Amino acid sequence: MDEHQQSLADLQHIKKMMERSSRFISLSGLSGVSAGVCAIMGAFVAYPFIFEEKEILIYPAIGIIQAMAKDYTIIFNTWLFWIAAATFTAALLFAFLFTWRKSKKEGIPVWGATSKRVVFNLAIPLLAGGIFIFRMLFVSDDNSGLIAPACLIFYGLALINASKYTLFEVRQLGFIELILGFLNLWFVKYGFYFWVVGFGIFHIVYGSYMWWKYERK
Amino acid sequence: MHMTNPIFNLNKLFDSRVRLGILSSLMVNSKVNFIELKALLGITDGNLASHLKALEDNKIIAVHKGFIGRKTNTTYSITKAGQSQFKAHLAALEAMIKAVK
Repeated sequence: MDEHQQSLADLQHIKKMMERSSRFISLSGLSGVSAGVCAIMGAFVAYPFIFEEKEILIYPAIGIIQAMAKDYTIIFNTWLFWIAAATFTAALLFAFLFTWRKSKKEGIPVWGATSKRVVFNLAIPLLAGGIFIFRMLFVSDDNSGLIAPACLIFYGLALINASKYTLFEVRQLGFIELILGFLNLWFVKYGFYFWVVGFGIFHIVYGSYMWWKYERK
Repeated sequence: MHMTNPIFNLNKLFDSRVRLGILSSLMVNSKVNFIELKALLGITDGNLASHLKALEDNKIIAVHKGFIGRKTNTTYSITKAGQSQFKAHLAALEAMIKAVK
């Protein structure tokens, strides 16, 4: 190999190493699949409350007083809040479990510089979205149709933001969530279904694809 | 600096794939530990340690000994001098390629 080719090969090697070392590559596809399964199970449990087949308030008598007083704590008096919290916690727990398992196998610390960057960059748009949705619901009673599109849009932005520091597929999934969120803005009645497709189906589809691509033996 | 033949600007210290890998990683991460480097480069402990030692002796990288709980956690970072030398090496590699075109 002459000097020219050697230099070119060295530069390409450097580029590859810079790229690889700045990304968290132990993210498991199974984390995505499990998050999707949790989302669908959560949606299944929440269905009768969302479509008003069941009373949404845990203590209706207290709820009336809270509603009249415009008391923020009414949110903790709804079944939906606790279903959402449980779904989110379960999804996070399983996502962590599968990624932890994969990183242990590869000998990469699960809480290293790159994974911290992924979590931090995911958290910024997610927190912003959380605060936005929380306020949105108190500003007007009939904004509930915007919950699903707002969840999808902020989650999509979070994935796009964090994708610079992890596997490339995360970016594609981010754009899908974003597009679903925007579509949902024009079909606010169908938020529940958009939510199930975005958080359930696409997590499973992308998780399986990533597992198939990177982890299948 | 007079640039006649760019090959003179190539740094002998960086004449190894492992060292290029170590420095590439340290250029984009402020601190990297031994395990992360090992996973990135896919080499043995001994091999990695000897390259790290050589880079440390030449003040290209700095070593920080720390603890996570009871386990030792040795992290590495690139020094100012290391940064400028590595950048000069990259520029020399680029110059080599351009010279041939």
